[in-house]
Amino acid sequence: MFGRRRRPIRADFVALTLGIHYGLGWFALFALAGAVGILCGLINAIFVTKLRISSIIVSIATLNIFYGLLIFITGGKYITSLPKFFRDGIWWFEYEDASGVPYGLNLQILVLVVAFVVAWLLLNRTNIGRQIYAMGGNKDAAQRLGFHVFRINILVFGYLGFVAGIASLVQAQLAQSVTPTVLVGKELDVLAAVVLGGASLTGGTGTVFGAILGVALLAILQNGLVLVGVSSYWNQWFVGLTILCAVSITAWSNRRRLAAKAIN
Amino acid sequence: MSLVTGASRPVFLLLRFLRGGAVPMLSLVLLALVGVFWLLLGDRIVGVGALQSMAFQLPELGILSLAMMVTLLSGGLNLSIIATANLCALTMAWVLTTYVPGAHGLMWGGWQVIAVLARVAVASIVGLINGFVIAYLGVSPILATLGTMTMCKGLSIGITRGNVISGFPDPIVFLGNGTVAGVPVALLIFLALCVPIAVLLNKSPFGHKIYMIGSSEKATRYSGVDTRRVLLGVYVLSSLLAVVAALVMMARFNSANAAYGESYLLVTILAAVLGGVDPFGGFGKVGGLIMALILLQVISSAFNLLDFSPFLTVAIWGALIIVVTSLGVVLQNFGVSRRSV
Repeated sequence: MFGRRRRPIRADFVALTLGIHYGLGWFALFALAGAVGILCGLINAIFVTKLRISSIIVSIATLNIFYGLLIFITGGKYITSLPKFFRDGIWWFEYEDASGVPYGLNLQILVLVVAFVVAWLLLNRTNIGRQIYAMGGNKDAAQRLGFHVFRINILVFGYLGFVAGIASLVQAQLAQSVTPTVLVGKELDVLAAVVLGGASLTGGTGTVFGAILGVALLAILQNGLVLVGVSSYWNQWFVGLTILCAVSITAWSNRRRLAAKAIN
Repeated sequence: MSLVTGASRPVFLLLRFLRGGAVPMLSLVLLALVGVFWLLLGDRIVGVGALQSMAFQLPELGILSLAMMVTLLSGGLNLSIIATANLCALTMAWVLTTYVPGAHGLMWGGWQVIAVLARVAVASIVGLINGFVIAYLGVSPILATLGTMTMCKGLSIGITRGNVISGFPDPIVFLGNGTVAGVPVALLIFLALCVPIAVLLNKSPFGHKIYMIGSSEKATRYSGVDTRRVLLGVYVLSSLLAVVAALVMMARFNSANAAYGESYLLVTILAAVLGGVDPFGGFGKVGGLIMALILLQVISSAFNLLDFSPFLTVAIWGALIIVVTSLGVVLQNFGVSRRSV
């Protein structure tokens, strides 16, 4: 996980609730959602590093804490009366085709592109990015080389929280409402997408481009099944089959390659 | 240890007691919690009624946690237990509701036995797929079981179209809602599972191999153990435990559905780790798990009686594991510094 982002779903809806109540603009909204995300991420980072608990356990625990508190405080209420500028979203290069269907670059895709570019720059073009990979590969070795593990963890989890916060805004814009229970249970889907893209669960490997491909694979598969006319009830079965086949084939070919290397 | 004299001796003994593992630590926490709840709620929390209701609720999560624990001990993870349980429950529900109402006499019982066999078969298949992909193809357990989880759930949804199958014969319902001498049958089933699993883990060669694989799979393989076969066994065992959980769950609700008990998935990991199971494998006892389950159940029941939101309970469960694990870390550090003095 250290090499890549794992995103436990965060209680970022709180941010949006606040933001919408107080009528903030785009920038403030993003900043607020990001800040709440970062805060949640930092809590995780502290537990992971200082208590040396495995990050899976910490994120399951904090997932329960954040989610429980969120529902408890908000009472599970929806917010649908969003300000107009938020409901309209952002549309670039808008045009309509002959039959009147509008096309354009919307907020969701813009944020997605920005997020991927920032993540790519962070991981590939900065010193910190290399440190993250190093820590994922071997934490003890990274520590002895003088990398500050706590600082890297703070950055990784903080960034994760920030992106999750932004993602919550994007989701809210798409759904045109804020629902505390939406996205809950998506953690494993996200994990699947990232790992399909070649990231390792033990850390140290994985690329942003791979993650894009993983997400695209699942999205195209689900969309394609609907287009082909498969009943949407069978959607999940195909997704599961794809995941299982993909990881099996990858592992199998890895094993073959290792065996071939051993013989030579 | 000349330092340990006078007033510090009880403190030292307490520390040593607490460092003895998960069970003493959890029992102390449990004692403290029961004390607090008793002050707040009086007899409502320690009365017969409260105990019985707790005993009804505990086994589902308990059996599922056992299924999770077995794989955790081997250094793996089984995310597909709930989905397997639901798929099995649906298989059995289908046989029960299709054939049993029309059958009489011997066949009435016969179809129920067939229903149980059918679900065992389904679970074994899922377990074999998991085990094969993990042990023989070398896929990481999280991923493999994530795949089978999605597949099983997809299959359940695809077949039932998300509907509920309900209405089972009395013997099945009795398993979930009946009592024997005031003790719920479900709890008896859970205890009847705990004992053989504990014996299997601690007294049999298979169990020792599981612990060894959890500590170091490579070292175990080089010691001449067929780790792949053991892992296959682990995942089949985990699936079979999920079957029993499915039986209890469908009996209690008198229905089966593709999405029952999904919120239990991560809680089972929580319970196992709280009970002292090392998430990286190799360490953990059934006793610790039972203690952890009782602890979680007491909190949930007491919060229910106190009229708190069930979501707050979930938050407290999450906080509890962090507190208990940090206590363990702090005590360990304290012990180290003490010894170095």
